[in-house]
Amino acid sequence: MRFLILTLALASTLGAQVSYEQILRAEDEPQNWLTYSGNYSSHRHSPLKQINRGNVAKLKPLWTYQKDTRHKFETTPIVVDGIMYITEPPSDVTALDPRTGRALWKYQRTLPNDIPVCCGDVNRGVAILGDTVYIGTLDAHLVALDANSGAVRWDVVVDDYKIGQAVTVAPLAVKDKIIVGIAGGEFGVRGFLDAYDAETGKRAWRFWTVPGPGEPGNETWAGDSWKRGAATTWVTGSYDPDLNLIYWGTGNPGPDWNGEVRKGDNLYSDSIIALDADSGKLKWYFQFTPHDVHDWDATQIPVLIDGTVRGKKRKLVLFANRNAFYYVLDRESGEFLLGKAYAKQTWVEGLDDHGRPMRLPNTAPTIDGTLIYPSVAGATNWFSPTYSPVDHLFYVTVMEKGHLFYMGEAIYKPGTHYTAGGGQDIPGEEPYALIKAFEPETAEVKWEFRIHEPPRAGLMSTSGGLVFGSAGGGDFFALDSQSGKPLWRFQTGGRMWSNPISYAVDGQQQIAIAAGHAIYVFGLDE
Amino acid sequence: MRMIVLLLGVLTAALLPAQTIPRRLPIPPRPPVTGDEIAAGKRLFQGHCGGCHGPQGGGARGPNLARPKLSRAADSESLFLVIDLGIEGTEMPRGGQLHDLEIWKVVAFVESLGQLEPEPLPGDAKNGEELYYERGNCTACHWLNGGGGRQGPDLTDIGARRSVDYLRESLLKPAATFPEGYLIVSVVAKDGRRVRGTRLNEDTFTIQLRDSSEKLHSFRKEDLAELNRHKGESSMPAYTETLTKDEIDDVVSFMASQRGGS
Repeated sequence: MRFLILTLALASTLGAQVSYEQILRAEDEPQNWLTYSGNYSSHRHSPLKQINRGNVAKLKPLWTYQKDTRHKFETTPIVVDGIMYITEPPSDVTALDPRTGRALWKYQRTLPNDIPVCCGDVNRGVAILGDTVYIGTLDAHLVALDANSGAVRWDVVVDDYKIGQAVTVAPLAVKDKIIVGIAGGEFGVRGFLDAYDAETGKRAWRFWTVPGPGEPGNETWAGDSWKRGAATTWVTGSYDPDLNLIYWGTGNPGPDWNGEVRKGDNLYSDSIIALDADSGKLKWYFQFTPHDVHDWDATQIPVLIDGTVRGKKRKLVLFANRNAFYYVLDRESGEFLLGKAYAKQTWVEGLDDHGRPMRLPNTAPTIDGTLIYPSVAGATNWFSPTYSPVDHLFYVTVMEKGHLFYMGEAIYKPGTHYTAGGGQDIPGEEPYALIKAFEPETAEVKWEFRIHEPPRAGLMSTSGGLVFGSAGGGDFFALDSQSGKPLWRFQTGGRMWSNPISYAVDGQQQIAIAAGHAIYVFGLDE
Repeated sequence: MRMIVLLLGVLTAALLPAQTIPRRLPIPPRPPVTGDEIAAGKRLFQGHCGGCHGPQGGGARGPNLARPKLSRAADSESLFLVIDLGIEGTEMPRGGQLHDLEIWKVVAFVESLGQLEPEPLPGDAKNGEELYYERGNCTACHWLNGGGGRQGPDLTDIGARRSVDYLRESLLKPAATFPEGYLIVSVVAKDGRRVRGTRLNEDTFTIQLRDSSEKLHSFRKEDLAELNRHKGESSMPAYTETLTKDEIDDVVSFMASQRGGS
């Protein structure tokens, strides 16, 4: 009988369709996880509450799925009507049955051997729209796959991989377009954000995150340094359908640690950009770290909420930045509303009234090393924060660690590292991390939970009153969303470089996370 | 039959790693290692490798390379290949970034990081050996050449890693030269048990340690009433009273001659 039910359930997904309207109202179908951050506002919050404060202690592993390669597993799964879609490094896609963990199909990409990659052969996940699954690849293509079989619908070149460009980001499906960012900030590429027609793969628009000659902002780059200005777009952004604006974070300017060769503010590096979804035109931008010399990419997740600031209701974007400041901006205009340090920082006196950092002297990297907090990895990084509309709290992983920053020589050679320096651990320092719960409009800390070994993985909140997170030593755990008290944990045996999700299959809520070389899925006994 | 062949093909493909990196042979001949070669390697290292390993090779996102033996490169040729081809499954990128002669320069620099040149010995190593095993009783806590205690660091290649001055300092003021990874912790469990020892591992929820009788312990932090980390403390005694100045020099000489290998 159980076999019959399984067969029927799988058969029912043959004609699965994910419409734009469904992603718009992702909260209405909590059994699915339809887009990278759970919804267009990037809350990474599951409305499910079958697993909750009262019973999470009984959570147990249901199955694991092991991948074949040794590369880091950064995928955020997508789940649609009882099928889970994951990416496996370097640039593969697998459809899994979440009842059993068994693969239904695999797309395995053959890659050239001469790909320069800065930070591992990674991929953070797929997008789905209609009956098509979209993956960006290490050789900088965008590929559309049939969701039922993994067969290739189309395969287009995003740009030239030989100069260090790669698509590691999970694409974002918006209306009839697939939004794709580029990686390669350590190779002196020129960053951009692209939109492709979901049906044909034809490029609809490109926004250069480093303006060319004659464009506003080009004057913020000395000489021709804009050509190698980086400002890449390697983490999935957010979307506001009412304003029709896409919000996306941009990466460090190139070269990372030697600002001498690129004097100026270096727009639009380390910024959030708000682009019209139809045309790709810039509506506004806000630069968090002008003329960055510490590799503090602003490739964090822009979290969209409506809230009240100084008595006025506003559409907000929340941004916990790698530079150790938490920002609240008006997402209609980009107006700076709040900026507050949320981790130890020694590089600025503070932010001015417009949110511009007031730098302290002698904080730039030097040949002999300059001790600065936060570290190169930042106060937080690309992995996701979460916002719980139930608790009205913003949760973020905070790393407390400094670095000695060194400046090196900037020599550009296509396809080779163009970083010119680096950060080095402070001898004897034992870094740690915290999960902090903030009041989103004020950054007032409600609680914090200390983690011995800084994680590299994101958080997810649920309407069951839980926040799922991880520690660098391999523990995956659940905290009480209102108090931060740990309620459950499981040692996965591997480091997590990914983000948790939740969904339901046959009425059973499941929690999934990629850890080590496996996907782990948890649930309660039926 | 066709179905079976097809199925086998699919299974075989599924078992193969998606990417195999070709081993590049032969490795081009290595030019002589000179000061200029190392200096040039240092510049290349800072541009290409420093972003992850730290510009001085001291470790950041990538591991500390200032050690006599690298875990992924047993010899110079292996190190050449690691730089050229990267390490699959890690963040160490694969090649095409440096040409052959540049790679050899980086090899020269990286090897210079972990290998201290032999220094003139300040005393009599033979006498130092006797003191090490007898009056110093160093072997009670330290492992050396296949045997000894487990409380302190393995000294088998200590002469390649530490200078004569550092070794002398560690005998006179052990806490001043405290090695990473040997933090002393003491715990009091809620059931009253007390354990003091060297921390072997720690995560958010648990801690593991080795006590002075070399017994291994693992605790859940929720079961502990107290957890104290004794930063800056060393279980090693200072030898200022036990050994004369000349004898200290003898032990230092014995230590400095321990350069690993056999």
